[in-house]
Amino acid sequence: MNGDIACAEGAVAAGCRFFAGYPITPATEIAEHLSERMPEFGGIYIQMEDEIASMAAIIGASYAGLKAMTATSGPGFSLMQENIGLAVMTETPCVVVDIMRGGPSTGQPTLPSQQDVMQAKWGSHGDYGIIALSPSSVQEMFDLTVEAFNMSEMYRVPTMLMGDEVVGHMWEKVVIPSPAEMKIVNRKKPRAAPDKYGPFMPEDDLVPPMACFGEGYRFHATGLTHDEHGYPKTQSSEVQTKLVRRLCDKIGRNADQIVKVEELMLNDAEVVVVAYGIVARSALSAVRKARQDGMKAGLLRLITLWPFPESHVAKIADRAKAIIVPEMNCGQMVREVERVAKGTPVSFLSKLGEDPHTPSEILEVIKRCA
Amino acid sequence: MVQETVMHPFSKYLRQAMIPHIWCPGCGNGIVLNCFIHALDELQRDLDKMVVVSGIGCIGRAAGYTHADSFHTTHGRAIPFATGVKLANPELDVVVMSGDGDLFAIGGNHFIHAARRNIGIKVICANNFTYGMTGGQQGPTTPLGGLTTTTPYGNIEHPFNLVHLAAASGATYVARWTTLHARRLTQSIKKLLQKEGFGFIEVISPCPEIFGRRNKMRTGLEMMDWFKRASVVENFSDPSKAEISQEKLIVGEFVNVEKVSYEKFLHEKISHINEQAMKW
Amino acid sequence: MPERIKHEPLDSKELVKPKAEIHLITDQCKGCGYCIKFCPQKVLEESQEINARGVRPPKIVDETKCIVCSFCTVVCPDFAIFVLEKPREEVVRNE
Repeated sequence: MNGDIACAEGAVAAGCRFFAGYPITPATEIAEHLSERMPEFGGIYIQMEDEIASMAAIIGASYAGLKAMTATSGPGFSLMQENIGLAVMTETPCVVVDIMRGGPSTGQPTLPSQQDVMQAKWGSHGDYGIIALSPSSVQEMFDLTVEAFNMSEMYRVPTMLMGDEVVGHMWEKVVIPSPAEMKIVNRKKPRAAPDKYGPFMPEDDLVPPMACFGEGYRFHATGLTHDEHGYPKTQSSEVQTKLVRRLCDKIGRNADQIVKVEELMLNDAEVVVVAYGIVARSALSAVRKARQDGMKAGLLRLITLWPFPESHVAKIADRAKAIIVPEMNCGQMVREVERVAKGTPVSFLSKLGEDPHTPSEILEVIKRCA
Repeated sequence: MVQETVMHPFSKYLRQAMIPHIWCPGCGNGIVLNCFIHALDELQRDLDKMVVVSGIGCIGRAAGYTHADSFHTTHGRAIPFATGVKLANPELDVVVMSGDGDLFAIGGNHFIHAARRNIGIKVICANNFTYGMTGGQQGPTTPLGGLTTTTPYGNIEHPFNLVHLAAASGATYVARWTTLHARRLTQSIKKLLQKEGFGFIEVISPCPEIFGRRNKMRTGLEMMDWFKRASVVENFSDPSKAEISQEKLIVGEFVNVEKVSYEKFLHEKISHINEQAMKW
Repeated sequence: MPERIKHEPLDSKELVKPKAEIHLITDQCKGCGYCIKFCPQKVLEESQEINARGVRPPKIVDETKCIVCSFCTVVCPDFAIFVLEKPREEVVRNE
């Protein structure tokens, strides 16, 4: 199956029962596939009038108790940002899939890029923590969609799945585990009685249990700065500090449990390639060839883009003498790598347009750095 | 007269922690909320199944004041949020309470599509002809010539005829009342809540502090006087001819038809699809 | 003077005029004046006192004139006035 369809199947397997979207190349296949599959499970598929409405609808569906998802690409992702902020502020579990295409603006609808990765973290106004995952194969489009749902439910945060047009449209074999083999996480339900419950009262992990509409809790949630009961407190610096810091810490402090990377041939690596998404596939090829040619090369594949895998990058920065970051943009994740790598030289390999980096392009740079 | 040791009979419908509300003296929003609560009481609706969604604006605070599950969305997005809620759980009564700017300027697109689809959400619009919360700017319903902070020389835009827009978009229930018609408004809200499909009530609401003051109606009483003078109840008249003017304000029910709601249609389709699948 | 024929309603023997119990939550009143203006029986008028909000809440002129139409209850934007009906007694003719 292709990446988009794998993503759709991953959603269904994870328990997603609500999809609201808007057609946009190259994510349209996700919507089309789900329009067929959702009814089979009694799930809801609706094509909304625009991406803004899609994002609002999935927040509504999530608050009504369903696992909800939307899928889009760059232009739609930009439209969704305000409501992504609402999802963050109201701590709504939901999944937003961005199949990145050439930008900015309408750009190149049918060609890949990795130009939205910074937007995944900083796209909405205000300070907040977010989780973003980057699949590099069709199998991962399935697996990471399930993971995205689990993360969003566990941390009550909208989770971004940052695919790209190549991963979305390529065809590979996917192994779909049986339901018994899959790990599915559902949101924490409140244990307190309705009169003692506050929709934003965090537990030790900084995540509040979530009641849904219609369960008798009669709570209020708002995008305004609010206290633990959800009541707006727009004049209090204390409430703002407490809330915003918790929204950041909720992800930041739990980063160790959230972050996932793939470490290949890093033990004695002198030159490390840090890559994600489709580019990681070429990078792996390049690193293997480099090893064959006698160079001590390794690959750190970022699966989680946000929160940024600080400790993993810091570790290699300590040991390696050079880091190479190939990206299909003008320099986004490389800035994070540079920030963490401090003294270690970081080479950035930028590529825009139709093809991801070829393994030989990356190999060239490995040779130069070795 | 009795001293106030007796609680207001409807206090149980209000979220006491957030009362008293922030609305100005004479603000019609309080009346809209009051009529809504009266309707809930008369219908004896299960409030555990009620979800009140509001947008940004003075009336947007109404969700916070109602003692039911409630949500205060981003500007203009109350309707798509409510769509998500209603479709996810059609058993819930989903009511959207929002203002003219929130529903028809930024939210205009969402309004017409939800009405077109006939999603079973109920929309109550408190139309005060202005953006009150932000200080009184022009809105899509500001009358021609109206003075606002962004039309200091008089508004040169034609306002929407909201009931016409709602009827044309496909709503199954369309009504307009003023806050002076408090009793009829209550009865209308009752009808709205019991009807299937997308229902809409426009409530002409005084904003004396911000709109009225700039437009020769300094107090709520003067605005209510205008309602009394100009309004005429005409049920089932043509909504396209129901424009609001200084002299004439047609109120009443404009549309009350039966049409299968989206969620009912959707669930029938899902059952049908699954039946077909079982046959294989 | 011509003799005036006074028509008596057929159910006047069963008709009971409700007795009202008007409650004012004076500190919640914002002084909009709607209850005073729109009471069909002119039961209320503006008082001379100033409440906690700095406005003049209504005061009751004559509670017995109230017919429990409850318009004030529904039109008050601040939930500051409500009328309850006292338990009904036996027939009370027009007085």
